[in-house]
Amino acid sequence: MLAFILRRLGSAAIVLIFVGVLAFILFRYVGDPVNQMVGIDTSIADRDRLRESLGLNDSVIVQALRFLGHAAMFDFGVSYQFKRPVAELLIERMPATLELSLISALLSLVIGIPMGVASALGKDRWYAKLLQAVSLAGISLPTFLIGILFIYLFSVTLRWFPSFGRGDTVKLGTYWTTGLLTSSGLRALILPAMTLALFQMTLIMRLVRSEMLEVLRSDHIRFARARGLPARSINFRHALKNSLVPVITVAGLQLGSVIAFATITETVFQWPGMGLLFLQSVQNVDVPIMAAYLLFVAAMFVAINLVVDILYLAVDPRLKTTSKAH
Amino acid sequence: MSAPLLSVRKLRVEFATRKGPLVALDDVSFDIARGEVLGVVGESGAGKSLTGLAIMGLIDPPGRIVSGEILLDGERIDHLSEDRMRLIRGPRIAMIFQDPLTSLDPLFTVGDQLVETIRAHQPLSAQAARQKAIGLLGEVGIPAPEQRVDSWPHEFSGGMRQRVVIALAMCAEPELIVADEPTTALDVSVQAQIIRLLKRLARERGLSVMLVTHDMGVIAETADRVAVMYAGRVVETGPVREVVHAALHPYAQGLMAAIPTLETRAVRLAQIPGSMPRLAPRTRPYCAFHTRCDKRFEPCSSIAPPVTRMGGREVACWLHEPVPAGAAR
Ligand SMILES: Nc1ncnc2c1ncn2[C@@H]1O[C@H](COP(=O)(O)OP(=O)(O)O)[C@@H](O)[C@H]1O
Ligand SMILES: [Mg+2]
Repeated sequence: MLAFILRRLGSAAIVLIFVGVLAFILFRYVGDPVNQMVGIDTSIADRDRLRESLGLNDSVIVQALRFLGHAAMFDFGVSYQFKRPVAELLIERMPATLELSLISALLSLVIGIPMGVASALGKDRWYAKLLQAVSLAGISLPTFLIGILFIYLFSVTLRWFPSFGRGDTVKLGTYWTTGLLTSSGLRALILPAMTLALFQMTLIMRLVRSEMLEVLRSDHIRFARARGLPARSINFRHALKNSLVPVITVAGLQLGSVIAFATITETVFQWPGMGLLFLQSVQNVDVPIMAAYLLFVAAMFVAINLVVDILYLAVDPRLKTTSKAH
Repeated sequence: MSAPLLSVRKLRVEFATRKGPLVALDDVSFDIARGEVLGVVGESGAGKSLTGLAIMGLIDPPGRIVSGEILLDGERIDHLSEDRMRLIRGPRIAMIFQDPLTSLDPLFTVGDQLVETIRAHQPLSAQAARQKAIGLLGEVGIPAPEQRVDSWPHEFSGGMRQRVVIALAMCAEPELIVADEPTTALDVSVQAQIIRLLKRLARERGLSVMLVTHDMGVIAETADRVAVMYAGRVVETGPVREVVHAALHPYAQGLMAAIPTLETRAVRLAQIPGSMPRLAPRTRPYCAFHTRCDKRFEPCSSIAPPVTRMGGREVACWLHEPVPAGAAR
């Protein structure tokens, strides 16, 4: 088990170094850092002095190593547009994004799995067909469109929920601000969380449905029926557990992409998270933020992958013995 | 002879397809007495598994029983609700399947699965059910059952897993076991052990067994009576010795001619030239075997042969039936 985790951490480090190099290339060669930092009227001599002090005249290898070294210490330089350390900006924005993403992921699991089970067990009933039809809409409508529709319906027309922002927040500790503890924060969360969750929810529902239909046809379920086990146990103990094994991977990867793609939802709802920060930095060619965000997303995916693998180990006894044997 | 434990009467199973129904079992009739082992043979696709599933009430749509009856101890069980059928599956009839590797739920220990099955049918405490599970594992020949009860299915070899499957089938003490090719997926070396185990259980517990197999050698050694299936029909039934030594139906004769001797155990069914016809949309108005039969004559290709009773034997073949006048073309 420990050896397994160490091995996975090793490969995670390799992935992160690779992405780090990509981020460096982005950082160094997209636009000219000096031009970004100075005004039009800065003299050439001043520019050269700045160039030298930023270390831009050193060899590429030295620069890359320095970039990676700093990145490992969470030092991503200073944002061109805000003139503040990138790490500070990201940490400030992180709680908003993580709260939105985790609540969305939770919603998509808590709603998506039961819907998938219902539509698999009710195969030809009307509600299963309805769920299938609705899920097709959920999967094919683009997120920004859903967001705009939600705003139009629930904010503009019905005036139930605010259309933008995060509501009031409360400070928890030094770094974390939460919107989950105020009523305006919760109300502000509902629309963006539903928007972001809808795609994942339908994805998970369809996955659970198809996995479950497959498992229900399998030999061990037929044998369970032949032993006279009650339908409840066959469906919810044996079939559901077997169906959820592959769902773990997808749900994990989806959580990663929920965080990565919160960008669109954050933009639609002007949600003050990292995604919004990222889009602003793209518009302003604020390369340090872009590079840091890239690394953050990569680290996120790597961490989630690791958790998924460990979860697998916990759920599927077959893997435990093989990893013991190695 | 007393009333049979299981009686299948004129059973017909169809599959609904886009192009209309296909007849998979047609006019299937046979009996199994208490304590009797009935061997069922026939080539792949003949309808052996389907017959077993029909008895268990486990035929899934688009398949369904269209007509005929299945009687257990004289009571019809072919039209029971799922709830009532659940009381039959396990305590009255159990079924084991071909592939022990896929018959067990990989995510639960063997003990969990045994205890769950025992408690589904008997009001036992978890502790008492566990003791019973250990006892069953010992009875089917799993060494050190006290330890093995907590093992996962993948920690057993194929032969051992089939023993676990048999233990699971025995949990609720059934009267009849339908064993659908229980050894086909196993190594030749363990096949005989599994058959011996089934035979022992049948003898000790007075179980009836419907033993589906490709292996005529196993039938000859194990079964009391044998039913030969071809293209969804039973073409011959009778006491195993009589059928093996003097089969009446030409298809059965072909099968018996190829019974492997002890030395050539590996040889499977006879090589009768040709292949079984596909499923037809209605009852065939001819003998399904006539295209491969070297004894065919006029009626074979124009009228389906009825089942003729000859003492303790039954056969569906025009060779053993007076041809109705004017039927031949
Ligand atoms: N779900 C199904 N749909 C259509 N035909 C089927 C289905 N299941 C079985 N059959 C057909 O029923 C016939 C009997 O199958 P089966 O009982 O499995 O044969 P056996 O066990 O003797 O090899 C075969 O021709 C098979 O193609
Ligand atoms: Mg079969």
